[in-house]
Amino acid sequence: MTDRLWEFVTFAYPNIKYVVLGSILLSISSAVVGCFTFLKKKALLGDVISHAVLPGICLSFIVSGSKNPFLLIIGASITGWISIVAMDYIVRSSKIKEDTATGLSLSVFFGIGILLLTYIQHSGNAAQTGLDTFLFGNAAALIGEDLIAFSLIAVIILVVVYFFYKEFKLISFDTQFANTLGLPVRTLELILTSITVLAVVTGIQAVGVVLMAAMLITPAAAARFWTNRLSIMLTLAAIFGAFSGITGAYISYASPSMPTGPWIVMVLSIIALISFFFAPGKGILIRVFKQYQNQRKFLGENLLKVFYTLGESNQNFLSYRSQEELMAKRAFKESTLAKGLTRLSREGFVTHHRAQWALTKEGYEKGKRIVRLHRMWELYLTEYLKIAPDHVHEDAESIEHVITPELELRLERLLDHPSVDPHKAPIPQKQQPIINNEQ
Amino acid sequence: MIIQTENPALEIHDLTVSYDRKPVLWGIDLSVPYGSICGIIGPNGAGKSTLIKSVMGLIPLSSGYIKIFNQELDEIRLKVSYVPQRESVDWDFPASVLDIVMMGRYGKVGLFRNIRKADKEAAMNALEQVGMEKFYRRQISQLSGGQQQRVFLARALTQQADIYFMDEPFAGVDAATEKAIIQILRRLAGEGKTIVVVHHDLQSVSTYFNWIIMLNLRLVASGPTEKVFTQQLLEEAYGGKLTLLSEVGELMKKEQVPTRE
Repeated sequence: MTDRLWEFVTFAYPNIKYVVLGSILLSISSAVVGCFTFLKKKALLGDVISHAVLPGICLSFIVSGSKNPFLLIIGASITGWISIVAMDYIVRSSKIKEDTATGLSLSVFFGIGILLLTYIQHSGNAAQTGLDTFLFGNAAALIGEDLIAFSLIAVIILVVVYFFYKEFKLISFDTQFANTLGLPVRTLELILTSITVLAVVTGIQAVGVVLMAAMLITPAAAARFWTNRLSIMLTLAAIFGAFSGITGAYISYASPSMPTGPWIVMVLSIIALISFFFAPGKGILIRVFKQYQNQRKFLGENLLKVFYTLGESNQNFLSYRSQEELMAKRAFKESTLAKGLTRLSREGFVTHHRAQWALTKEGYEKGKRIVRLHRMWELYLTEYLKIAPDHVHEDAESIEHVITPELELRLERLLDHPSVDPHKAPIPQKQQPIINNEQ
Repeated sequence: MIIQTENPALEIHDLTVSYDRKPVLWGIDLSVPYGSICGIIGPNGAGKSTLIKSVMGLIPLSSGYIKIFNQELDEIRLKVSYVPQRESVDWDFPASVLDIVMMGRYGKVGLFRNIRKADKEAAMNALEQVGMEKFYRRQISQLSGGQQQRVFLARALTQQADIYFMDEPFAGVDAATEKAIIQILRRLAGEGKTIVVVHHDLQSVSTYFNWIIMLNLRLVASGPTEKVFTQQLLEEAYGGKLTLLSEVGELMKKEQVPTRE
């Protein structure tokens, strides 16, 4: 395996170089174009084009009788392009909605393509072998003439995006406004569609008709998780594309029974999954972690609150209490309670003596603050939102955990330093000596 | 009551607009004087947004013509600014506040060229005017409704236009934003700029606008606020659609009859 890796990274055979270069260029150009189709919410556009190029490929083979890549690309681009124009026309001038038009365009063109392909295969033309690789792609065949053609197209695509970056950004965000600025929006859309067609036509060579949509959309979707800036999104998508291009090429080199194209898409999908779970801010994992943190925080604060209210009832805030006493006040699960208490004692908010627990001074202050916020919020709800006093408790139960010190100050001022809540319970004051009547 | 003005900033002549052959605005004939803050009012579906969209060339006209400063729109694009409805875009787009505001300069910058330093400064200046300069790096999906509206207004301000068309700039914004926007509009009008605003809230009409266009598929009234903002005309505009007119419109759609032969 390491030998293979060494051969691979040193380009020991020219073939390796071609396949790697080809895969990278294809992946980058479709990733960059894909960002715009993704942002324009036209994710299925790639699917339509990739299916619609098949009749073009077959037609240009029938007409020319050769598999010259330039001729095939021209044929493919023409029908790919017509499919998009047809789709737009259907949406604009009939009652048919975009999703239906997408399905129609895709299947009609693909149907014609398969029809032509079958015809060619039965025509007995010997040159036709290998034409069906367009269906599933064959990146390993990226050599010589093909490579030159595809590299050229990839470069064209990247140059066009570079020059029209500002305009593509605007028409992806706000087409109407672009129109009112007097920009040639229709032409710009046409250019964007055309380079999308080109990206698909070249990409198909590597991954085939069915997987092509993934080459366009997956890098964009993955990149979107990591950034809120379009320029970085494009760069990231290109990097993801390039990385999966190299990896796909290596895997199929190291293990010749493995196809390059599907592996490129596999790697892309893994990157997308990782982004989905781990990206900061938007990733699922961060959210789950936040929820977990909240639960811990709520539990601790609720416990301190129970200590405080128990202290209120016997005017002894620092006395030791058993777990049963705490559970009588509020229905904690026994295991949760034990965990919460242990954590609080580690953090220095409670102390314990045998199986008895008591607030420390810091725990007292924190518990007092939560009770204070709870009761002030109840008062706020009854006074300002005119909610009945018997309906405010549940709301306050969660709000008490989120109010910041700044909001607390504002609340206090708004309520004019209140002393009792709607249920006539006293609202603890900030400066208030600890009552600790030993019994 | 339709009051015309001599030498208007905006002139709409015999305008009919249709969606799929069905006229949604019939025979509009009006003029708006320079330096006015003009409110377009009328019930839902009256064609208010359609009117300014057709002025901005976003919808093809079935008949009639529109002149701004006595010229065709295409001749003076750079002098005309449009603020679309806030909901017309997806705010989850990967862009910062400054990115969006600078889009107002794209018309001036032109194709193939990069944003210049001057454009950035114009954008920052516009952000200051709407009180959003501190948020210039903020991702736009993190803005409140009022802040989004301010960003759109700032984008329009960078265009340094002479006439502004705004689609519901006061819809769904907080009181502070509403106040900030109307102050900017008044300042612009004070500088001789003309402002046309689609508006929903009848309460504030007489304090905000000095010219009113009242629509309900047809032009009910156009003129100075004190003359046309009357109970009688409001009842005419809001007292239900002219059912015959709507039915003929539906018929035109059904039979695919063009507005002009």
